[in-house]
Amino acid sequence: MSPLPDYYTIWHKAGHYGLRIMAALVLIFLMLPILVIMPLSFNAEPFFTFTQGMLSLDPDAYSTRWYQEIVDDQKWRIAIRNSFLVGIAAASIATVLGTLAAVGLASPWMPFKRVITALLLSPMIVPLIIIAAGMFFFYTQFNLVGTFTGLIIAHAALGVPFVIITVTATLSGFDRSLFVAGLSLGASPIKVFWDVVIPLIRPGVISGGLFAFVTSFDEVVLVLFLAGPEQRTIPRQMFSGLREQINPTILAVATLLVVLSATMLFVLEALRRRSARLRGKE
Amino acid sequence: MSSLSSQDAANARRQMRRRRLQAFLFVVPLLLFILFAFVAPITTMLFRSVYNPTVAELVPETLTMLEDWDGETLPDPAVVTRMAIDMKRMAGNRTSGRFADEINRALPGMSSVIKSTARGLRRADDAELAANGAEMLLAENDRWAKPATWRAIRSAGQVYTSSYYLTAVDLEYDAEGEIIMRDTQIYKQLYTKTLKMALIITGLTMLLGYPLAFYMSQASPATANFLMVFVLLPFWTSLLVRTTAWIALLQAGGVVNSTLIWAGLINEPIELLYNEFSTILAMTHILLPFMVLPLYAVMRGIDSSFMRAAISMGSNPIGAWYKIYLPMSLPGLSAGALLVFIISVGYYITPALVGGTDGQMISNIIAFHMQVSNNWELAAALGSLLLILILVLYWLFDRFVGTDNLKLG
Amino acid sequence: MKKHLTYLATTALLASPVLAQDLTVTSFGGAYGAAQMEHMIEPYMKESGTNVLFEDYGGGVAEMKAQVEAGNILWDVVDIEVIDLERACAEGYLEVIDQSVLPEGDDGTAAADDFIEDALANECGVGNIVWSVVFAVNTENGEGPQTIEDFFDTEKFPGKRGLRKRPQVNMEWALLADGVAPEEVYEVLATPEGQAQAFAKLDTIKDEITWYDSWSQAPVLLNDGGATMVQSANGRIFAAIKDDGAPFEIVWDSHIYDLDVWAIMKGTEKKEEAMEFIKFATGTVPLSGMQDVAYGPTRASAQALLPEDVKQDLPTAHLDEGVKADGIFWADYGETLGEKFNEWLLQ
Repeated sequence: MSPLPDYYTIWHKAGHYGLRIMAALVLIFLMLPILVIMPLSFNAEPFFTFTQGMLSLDPDAYSTRWYQEIVDDQKWRIAIRNSFLVGIAAASIATVLGTLAAVGLASPWMPFKRVITALLLSPMIVPLIIIAAGMFFFYTQFNLVGTFTGLIIAHAALGVPFVIITVTATLSGFDRSLFVAGLSLGASPIKVFWDVVIPLIRPGVISGGLFAFVTSFDEVVLVLFLAGPEQRTIPRQMFSGLREQINPTILAVATLLVVLSATMLFVLEALRRRSARLRGKE
Repeated sequence: MSSLSSQDAANARRQMRRRRLQAFLFVVPLLLFILFAFVAPITTMLFRSVYNPTVAELVPETLTMLEDWDGETLPDPAVVTRMAIDMKRMAGNRTSGRFADEINRALPGMSSVIKSTARGLRRADDAELAANGAEMLLAENDRWAKPATWRAIRSAGQVYTSSYYLTAVDLEYDAEGEIIMRDTQIYKQLYTKTLKMALIITGLTMLLGYPLAFYMSQASPATANFLMVFVLLPFWTSLLVRTTAWIALLQAGGVVNSTLIWAGLINEPIELLYNEFSTILAMTHILLPFMVLPLYAVMRGIDSSFMRAAISMGSNPIGAWYKIYLPMSLPGLSAGALLVFIISVGYYITPALVGGTDGQMISNIIAFHMQVSNNWELAAALGSLLLILILVLYWLFDRFVGTDNLKLG
Repeated sequence: MKKHLTYLATTALLASPVLAQDLTVTSFGGAYGAAQMEHMIEPYMKESGTNVLFEDYGGGVAEMKAQVEAGNILWDVVDIEVIDLERACAEGYLEVIDQSVLPEGDDGTAAADDFIEDALANECGVGNIVWSVVFAVNTENGEGPQTIEDFFDTEKFPGKRGLRKRPQVNMEWALLADGVAPEEVYEVLATPEGQAQAFAKLDTIKDEITWYDSWSQAPVLLNDGGATMVQSANGRIFAAIKDDGAPFEIVWDSHIYDLDVWAIMKGTEKKEEAMEFIKFATGTVPLSGMQDVAYGPTRASAQALLPEDVKQDLPTAHLDEGVKADGIFWADYGETLGEKFNEWLLQ
């Protein structure tokens, strides 16, 4: 903020600093819980709390045993593999179908645009418990419950809205005359799509895919209803850990997940800037 | 000036149609996928809430014979005998438990009657059963002599029923088929409580989110971008990680209690976890970015020189904010509020993990009927009501905010 | 990019060591699960070469019921309390087991004679352990309750009570604390008046109850101060005292003892492998390993392997203080009381 204007009274100033303090407190509220779990995950004791030793910075009170436990435990290894497997597969499906649809929806000639958009975005709005119950009833008839295929399809449906939103946002800055120009030069629509449209909307596609991946990676309600023991994912493993036996392994996993989200955030920010630059050039 | 011939018009129309088709074809694969993966399951759930063929499949003959029964007296001995034979068959192929569950929902207490009867008749002789089935059934338990039992079987035998919706709003059919209040009033209370909690959470996110978004919108772009990281990092962090963090903070030996004890403010740990308080707190934390992001997007576009002008002319800042700034930031506020409200009404995970018994919301009771009581039809009915509520909110959102305006990050 | 993603997904799929050929064995986790892992699962995997996915659940029949009714069988073998076994078997969630194929004890006794009587009483299960639901107190809080009446006396013994969220055992305890004679408990509980009496007694401590869902949470609650006395499977408390030196004390008054059995999920595709596992796990040596968590083995030949000093910690040394859980009662009333219990919870 710029220096305070001279006409500010004491009350204005109080308001000014009050706002600053308020904003700081809210940011602390947002960040503190995430920061607290990091040191706790290095607890040498099997508890969720800071021990005397940790507070006095005694090196013996800290240990990496819970990280070792993740590596040693078959369940966590399977869960990590499953999470990436399901996440990547679901994000791929959502990205391919979602990108195509977003291109269609961006066309000024698209019929029933409003209804179809609302329908395609609805997986984001309908409560997960309802989706889970419905999918459990419906997928059972196709023997999809307790299979990777079922879980991947379910997560792909959840990821679709994010791809549509991000790709549509990129397309809104896209100059349609490029498409028309390509066509008028005799290229097939598919070739134009591939050579002209895709490179331009790539940042949106990638960030949509990332959103879809994270959605699947973080999702637990559908997993609870649709997955069998062989499809356990990281969040599912955390969920049962929190319900049954709380120990710092969960905090170690949580810490790793925070690092992962920070990385994704960084990638997305880079993509956003790139996209803004590309659009600036047009 | 009618230089356009009918030929040209037809051409234009044809081209128009082709373009519409072309655009539509891009959407078709996803549309089919969503219809299968998402819309069909939801429809199945709606259907399930009124459709329950279990009893009709288990005892079809008894039900057919019951059609002619007057409903007031004990049914004809032939019907009772048929029931006895069915009981033996169900005991043999172990479906009596399902039958017991279904009848018990129509008439509580029948579960134990049917199960013990099934055990009693399981090894009965077929010929004897055909001859004396009625007496044998009546000898097993005197509730078989009550017309209410048979009415329950008849009503549970209906393949299409509205009774699950009645239960979902704490009503039921009485013996005469009139709609009355159920003895236990749970679900209406739970819906009210869910809405109340969602309102509190929405209010809290507004209270916390507004000043933060305002401050960020007034800060220099560099500062704002830097602060944005602190909003986006929690937003991108797994929901389970954030819930875990709150458990670590709030539990009996957790960080908050230890700090309060160390500071001498309390002597014994206070109960912060597994109640409504912890649910609201954790959900406010989890949903706060959904409020800050749309608010910030709108506020960044507001020219605050009006505000400064008003203040420099001696208007009091709060008055100026109320008259000038608030109306301009209202689109962001309403987008954030509707978003937070919609998400929190249907929330499941956080209440399930930190809610204890009094922090449970409607989603949790749906999950309970799906997973624990196995009353899938009631779960479907409760889910359908929740779905209607959400769709109304979604419609409002689309009307006042527009789904086109949904932005991420 | 997309090619790359597909490639990644395919490699992940192919590189995965196991997809769909594991045997899924479900049990209760915690210290008990650890003992089963050590003495049953791991030796079995080594011997047979079968990979076992060892799952946790919280007990009860709901999850089995959901799998069978939906036709999606996710588990193969399940460890089930006899309190739930009658119901699960009668309602068709479990396969009938041919008990004649069980191997003889290590001392050569035929299986039918080696197993204690209750262990093979139900055609759907093979006895695993004798265990008990007790309550335990944290001795750091001074003189604790010593009887079931004390447990329900919030004036004399204030503080939170940790109870498992289900009607089983809690209803029995309420009646016992209200003066019903142990041998009449199930008779009284079968009447509407008896049920009302039990709920009325539970009402007196309702505000002081911390509910939990799975046995492994019981020692945690007692440890972190979430409760001053908890209901628990005796082995969990025993393990916490023995392994972690926790300051806990087991109260045997009015304990409800029961068996756990191994059973096979109805409709599993791996019925034969499941039976192989059960034959192995209920052998003399694996069963004797359950002494680690103070659970009594169900084979005489396994009991003979236990050291004398361990026997006093087993439920079998305290049978006269307890009540035997009635599986048939719970098969008949489990559903009805479960519903009433949940309505009572929400009130």
